[in-house]
Amino acid sequence: MVTKLKEVDAVVIGMGWTGSILSRELTKAGLNVVGLERGAMRTPREDFAIPNIRDELKYQHRHELFQDTAAETVTLRHNMSETALPMRRLGSFLPGNNVGGAGSHWNGATWRRLEVDYIVRSHYTQKYGAKAIPADMTVQDFGVTYADMEPYYDKFEKLCGISGQAGNLKGQKIEGGNIFEGPRSDHYPNKPLARNFAASTFETAAKNLGYHPFPQPSANASEAYTNPEGATMGQCVYCGFCERFGCESNAKASPNVNILPVLLPDPKFELRTHAYVKKLNYDKQQKKVTSVVYVDTRTGEEYEQPAGIVILGAYVFNNTLLMLYSGIGTPYDPVTGKGVVGKNYCYQYTGSGVTVFFDDKETNPFMAAGAFGSIMDDFNSDNFDHSGLGFIGGGHISAGLSNGRPIGTRATPPGTPKWGKEWKAATAKWYRRWFDVSGTACNYAYRDNYLDLDPTYKDVLGRPLIRMTFNFKDNDRKIGAFLSQKSFEIAKTMNATIVTPPRYRDGDYDSRPYQSTHNTGGTIMGADPSTSVLNKYLQAWDAHNLFVMGASTFPQNQSYNPTGPLGASAYWSANAITTQYLKNPGPLLHA
Amino acid sequence: MADEKIPRRDFLKGAGAAGAGAAAIATGLTACGEETKTAQATAAPAEPEVWHTLNATEAEFIKAAVDTLIPADELTPSGTDVGLATFIDRQLAGGFGNGAKLYRQGPFLPGKPELGYQLALTPREFFRAGIEATNEWTKKTYGKEFDRLTQEQRDEAMKALESGKPEFTGFSSAMFFDALLTITQEGFFADPMYGGNKNKVAWKMIGFPGLPASYREEIKTYYNKKYDKEPQSIADFS
Repeated sequence: MVTKLKEVDAVVIGMGWTGSILSRELTKAGLNVVGLERGAMRTPREDFAIPNIRDELKYQHRHELFQDTAAETVTLRHNMSETALPMRRLGSFLPGNNVGGAGSHWNGATWRRLEVDYIVRSHYTQKYGAKAIPADMTVQDFGVTYADMEPYYDKFEKLCGISGQAGNLKGQKIEGGNIFEGPRSDHYPNKPLARNFAASTFETAAKNLGYHPFPQPSANASEAYTNPEGATMGQCVYCGFCERFGCESNAKASPNVNILPVLLPDPKFELRTHAYVKKLNYDKQQKKVTSVVYVDTRTGEEYEQPAGIVILGAYVFNNTLLMLYSGIGTPYDPVTGKGVVGKNYCYQYTGSGVTVFFDDKETNPFMAAGAFGSIMDDFNSDNFDHSGLGFIGGGHISAGLSNGRPIGTRATPPGTPKWGKEWKAATAKWYRRWFDVSGTACNYAYRDNYLDLDPTYKDVLGRPLIRMTFNFKDNDRKIGAFLSQKSFEIAKTMNATIVTPPRYRDGDYDSRPYQSTHNTGGTIMGADPSTSVLNKYLQAWDAHNLFVMGASTFPQNQSYNPTGPLGASAYWSANAITTQYLKNPGPLLHA
Repeated sequence: MADEKIPRRDFLKGAGAAGAGAAAIATGLTACGEETKTAQATAAPAEPEVWHTLNATEAEFIKAAVDTLIPADELTPSGTDVGLATFIDRQLAGGFGNGAKLYRQGPFLPGKPELGYQLALTPREFFRAGIEATNEWTKKTYGKEFDRLTQEQRDEAMKALESGKPEFTGFSSAMFFDALLTITQEGFFADPMYGGNKNKVAWKMIGFPGLPASYREEIKTYYNKKYDKEPQSIADFS
C-alpha cells in the first residue's frame, strides 16, 4: 500500500551538490521544499572525525561512502551485439550515497568549461569543416554559452571558497593563471594552495618548454573562509586523505559544510533520509510530474509525495533510470538515432602519460590536498591547431600527487616484480620518489554509446538496472597517444632517474581500475527537443515542472571534472525557476 | 602418503625456520624466523593462533602464501609474522568476505575480464575455492599441498598462478592470484588495527608517516626533504 502525503511546493531528489543548491534557492524564494535522500545523514563532526576518517582500507577499498552495489548497479557491454553483465562491484567510478552524495568524498577539482566546450559541434564544423567530426560522433552544442554561465560559475566558486589563480580577468590575461579560460568577472575567492615537489617540477618543465602551467583550481581551502551563505570552512591541512574521504577540517567544500548548515535549520525545508525514490508519476496529457513515489528503506513502506515542482538531482544513472522507468520522454534508439533519453552517455579518458622516478629527491606524496598540483591547458579543447591531427578535442596535462596512501598509491619502475623481496626493495626505495605526468581528456559522444534499461538484471526495488553500452573510440585513443607523447616530452626535461615510456588506454573500456567518477549524459540539455531531453534551463521538454540537474545533462564530456560546470548550471536553472517559472508555470521555451 | 603422518604444523615450523633463518643471519635482525619467536616466547607468551573463518588447511595455505608474497628480509618480518594471515582471516569472516556491497543477483554468466567479477561466490567462498584448486594443482605438479612445498617450489608455484598457467574450473588461476595479492597488500599497508602491518612495519619500510593531524607547515618546510618521523596509527590517536 502506498501512503499518499500532502502536496508540497517542491520535492528535491538527491541531497548531493545540485539537490542542496536547488533546495536552498527554492526555500529562499519562499517555497516549501522536501528533500529526499536514499542514504543516511552524514555530518562532518560525527562521521568524518579524526582519527577514524583516515582509514584507507575502510573508505577507499571497502567503499564506505559509496553507492551500495548490492542494491543497485549498472550493467555494461562494449557494443550492441553483446550481452551486458552487471558491474558487481565498483571500480572504474565511485558514485556517492548518503547526505552530501559524492560531494562529500570528491577531491575538490573545480573548473569552468572553456568557451569552445559549450559549442563543440558548431565550433569544429565552422573552423575545420563538417568532415572534422566523424559521422557517428553525436556531439552537440549545449544551447547555452560560457557567457550565459559566467555569473553562476562565480556564484558556485564563492559558495565553495575555491582556491586558484585567475588567468583571464574580464578579458585581461594573467600569467600564472589559465590564460585559455574564458573571461571571468572576479578572482577566485582564495589564493592557490601550496605546491609540492611534483607540481613545482612540472610547472618549471612546462614553462621552460613555452607552455602555460597554472595551479589546479581547488575546493580545498587555502585559507579559512566564510561563504556568502555564512557557512565557514577551515584551512586545508594537506593530510592526503581527501578523495574517497570526508574532511575533518571542513576545508573541502561539500554540501555538508557549505550549504546544509544553513539549509537544515530552515523551517521551509524538510529532509527525509532513507527515502529511496522509485518512480515519478507522470501525467502525459498535462506534461507534468504529479508526484514522486519513494520507499522508506528502514521499513520498506512506500509513500507518494505530490509536488508542484520536481527537481531530479540524483547521480547520472538514477536520473536516467527515473526518466526511463517513469516513461518521461522518448527512449533513445541507437539504430535510428531517434529518441533522447539515454542518449550521449560519455565518460572521461584518463591516464595518458608517464611516471617519473627520482632517486635523489623526496616527493612526500602523503603531504597533499585532493585537488592539488600544476596543470596546463595548451593541448586542451581547441586551444591548439587540430589540422591534420585526426581527432577533435584534447585534454589537460598535470602533475601533483593527491595522496600517498600506501595500499593504493605506490609505483615501482617498469620490470619490477609484483611481489617478493625484489618488489619490497623497489617499493621501499621508490614510494617517496615518483609522480605521474599525465593527461586527462574529454570524451565525446557516439551514436552507439548510450544508456537504456537492462532486459535481465534488476535493482533492490525490482526495477531494471541501467544498461551501459560503451567503449572508447579512435578519437579517444588518438588523443591518448598525443597527450602521452606530450607528457613524455615534458617529463624528459625534468632530469628524472627514470621516465617510463608513454602509455595510454588503447584497449576496450575496463570497468575494474579506477579512472574517474565523471560519468555524463543520458538526460542531455540542448536547443532542440528532437535531440535533447532538457531545454537550456534544464527543464524537461516533456514535463514542464521537472528540472534535471547534474552531469547527466552534459551533451558530451569535456576534459575537466564535472562539479564546477554542474554547480554553475544548478544555479543557472534555479535562477530560471525562481525568476521565470514561478510567475508563470509552464514550458520556459517552446520548441 | 608418508607426509600425512607428519603433523602439519611441526612440518611447517621446520620449513619456516630454515627459510627465514637465512634472512635473519644475513641481516642480524630479529623477529624473522620461528627460532626468534621461540626465544621471544620465553619472555612473553606468544599470542594463540585463532581463526575466525579459515579452516586448518586454509590457514596453512594463507600463511605460506603471504610468506611467499611478503618474505622476511632486512626490511620486514614475513607476511605471517606481520599479521597478514590474521588480517585475511578477519576480512574474509566479516562483511567484505560475505559479499557486502557485491551485486549477487543472477544470472551469473562468464564475461570479458573488463566487465569485472562475475562469479556467484562471495570473497570468502572464492578464497575457499581458490585454495582448494591451488592445492589440487600443486599436488598434481609437486605431489604436495602448497604449504608443504619448499620455498623455491612455492615461488615457482606462485609465479605459475600469476601467469594463469594452472587450469582451474570456473575461474582462472591468475584471477585467484590477483585476489590473493590484493588482499595481502591491503593487509600489509592498512592501519594495524585490522591485524596486519604489525608494529607499522610496512609504513616504516616505505616511509609513510600514517596519519599525523596536519601538514599545514610541513608542506612547505619539508619541500624535497625527507620526512623521517615515527608513523602514527589510528590507535595512537585513540
